[in-house]
Amino acid sequence: MSTQSVANATGSGVDPGRRRFLTLATSGVAAVGVGFVAWPFLASLKPSERAKALGAPVTQDISLLEPGQKLNVAWRGKPVWIVKRTPEMIAGLAQVKGELADPENEQPQQPDYIKGDARAIKPEILVMIGSCTHLGCSPTFRPDHPAPEIAANWQGGFYCPCHGSKFDLSGRVYKNVPAPINLKVPPYRFENDTTIVIGEDPVAAA
Amino acid sequence: MAIVPNPYKTTGIMGWIDDRFPATKLWKDHLTEYYAPKNFNFWYYFGSLALLVLVNQLITGIWLAMHYKPDAKLAFDSVEYIMRDVPWGNILRYMHSTGASAFFLVVYLHMFRGLLYGSHKKPRELIWIFGCLIYLVLMAEGFCGYVLPWGQMSYWGANVIFNLFGTIPFIGPDLVIWIQGDYIPSDATLSRLFSLHVVFLPFALVGLVIAHLIALHEVGSNNPDGVDIKKFKDPVTHIPLDGIGFHPYYTVKDIVGVCVFLILFVAVICFAPDGGGYFLEKPNFQEANPLVTPEHIAPAWYFGAFYAMLRATPSMFSSALPGVIVMFGAVLILFLLPWLDKNPVKSIRYKGMVTKVATMVFAADFVMLNYVGLQPVSSLFTVLSQIGTIYYFVFFIGLMFFHKFEKSKPVPERVTS
Repeated sequence: MSTQSVANATGSGVDPGRRRFLTLATSGVAAVGVGFVAWPFLASLKPSERAKALGAPVTQDISLLEPGQKLNVAWRGKPVWIVKRTPEMIAGLAQVKGELADPENEQPQQPDYIKGDARAIKPEILVMIGSCTHLGCSPTFRPDHPAPEIAANWQGGFYCPCHGSKFDLSGRVYKNVPAPINLKVPPYRFENDTTIVIGEDPVAAA
Repeated sequence: MAIVPNPYKTTGIMGWIDDRFPATKLWKDHLTEYYAPKNFNFWYYFGSLALLVLVNQLITGIWLAMHYKPDAKLAFDSVEYIMRDVPWGNILRYMHSTGASAFFLVVYLHMFRGLLYGSHKKPRELIWIFGCLIYLVLMAEGFCGYVLPWGQMSYWGANVIFNLFGTIPFIGPDLVIWIQGDYIPSDATLSRLFSLHVVFLPFALVGLVIAHLIALHEVGSNNPDGVDIKKFKDPVTHIPLDGIGFHPYYTVKDIVGVCVFLILFVAVICFAPDGGGYFLEKPNFQEANPLVTPEHIAPAWYFGAFYAMLRATPSMFSSALPGVIVMFGAVLILFLLPWLDKNPVKSIRYKGMVTKVATMVFAADFVMLNYVGLQPVSSLFTVLSQIGTIYYFVFFIGLMFFHKFEKSKPVPERVTS
């Protein structure tokens, strides 16, 4: 009744209720349409099938790796380190525990089958993603010690040149550095004693 | 209000045009009959210089895109090709890279001018906000452009910036992959940054500059005295007594500024195109290598202050998020300036000592942070950047209170010469 009177008063035959309904209905349909159209635009930014294919597991022969040496492998374009640790290096891991932020691997930065100070399937072979957990720089391998310019009780480890984060030889982060958590251990398995597959869990664990 | 075609009743060719398009009206409204205060000083050069540099970036950018290849395998070589084989290509590239640094330099001075004379205060809040958006787009534009040569610094700088988004709880890591279009910065990333750098961001930038100027011309320019020139108008002509037409008075003045600026600009292009390693960083003369991080990652000089704030903030709760929040907060707090600044006096000329000293310390603090942000990490620089970061925020919050602890000088009715 009220709409009728408004229409009469203005003399234009406008029905505001109907106009409001049509405006809201068309706007609503348009908003849904925009949502549907936005999807391909946003989804197209995801990694392409080719990029995903390049993320496949990587096989690496380590028979020539000498104790104390580090090998860089690219997996998903990220540097993966393989370090053959000497018994002395492994012994040093326990000595720095007091200075580490997460010595017991409580943050989920490794697969379930990676435990203990060595953070490795075989303690002498360290496999680790060489990408700082602060902002993704690749830390420098500093097995030399003592190195008082890095830390008083340095037993060897990794030092990030970008923002000064420090990690021990198992990639565990020191306290009071920019990086908040330990370096990440990728899933990996031993095909045999001298061949590592990076990007796949051990058969038993899987 | 009805639109009246050709309000100035022009005739001939101009009349034909003015009947169909407001050419004469635009010319008069924005140039010859846009009355600006007559007391503009040195600080007022930087707005028009920013416009000049924008034009320089657009033109040199169009030409560079004719030779550049946005492909991770070809990009680095195509930049070297521009430098060595394209006739005058090195000059075009140096005009563009030096222009980027010049853009930030004049914009920083332009923003500081606004802060000095209260140009962000009522009724110019929206001019300030459009300006902040321009600055934000400029930062994005600078970042994308910095990545395009695909050198070591491009790559690792991009890596650091993308990983900032990785610190967002829950969605962070997936968000980074979505932004990069890959698990690491790669060809997909380079291509999309190129697209943003040459299409979307320049469109946004030009649009915002137009909005900035429309808002400015709606309310009129502020001036070093911070007084409103519209209060005293000629009773007959209604022209502000302290106003002069932008053209020819300020166009001529700005051309003098342009001459001095171009002398310095060309000197840098010809004699120090890498700006001593600050405009073009040395590791960027090496091609990107995802397996080796450069010894020392420094951002482009114009991001130094924000990078210093990022590094100064320690991680909390096993997350690097606090540093990222502080860094973005430092940019976003600029948007709030019109409402944080509660001083009833506009211009620093008539403010008290507390505000004057605090503002000068703020300027020194920003320069110091910028310097520290470019240096390798050391314990001294960490402490300096922490003090500097705290002062940066204290200053903005303090703008709400400074005037309560000082005696302002009387503000004149009309502009002083």
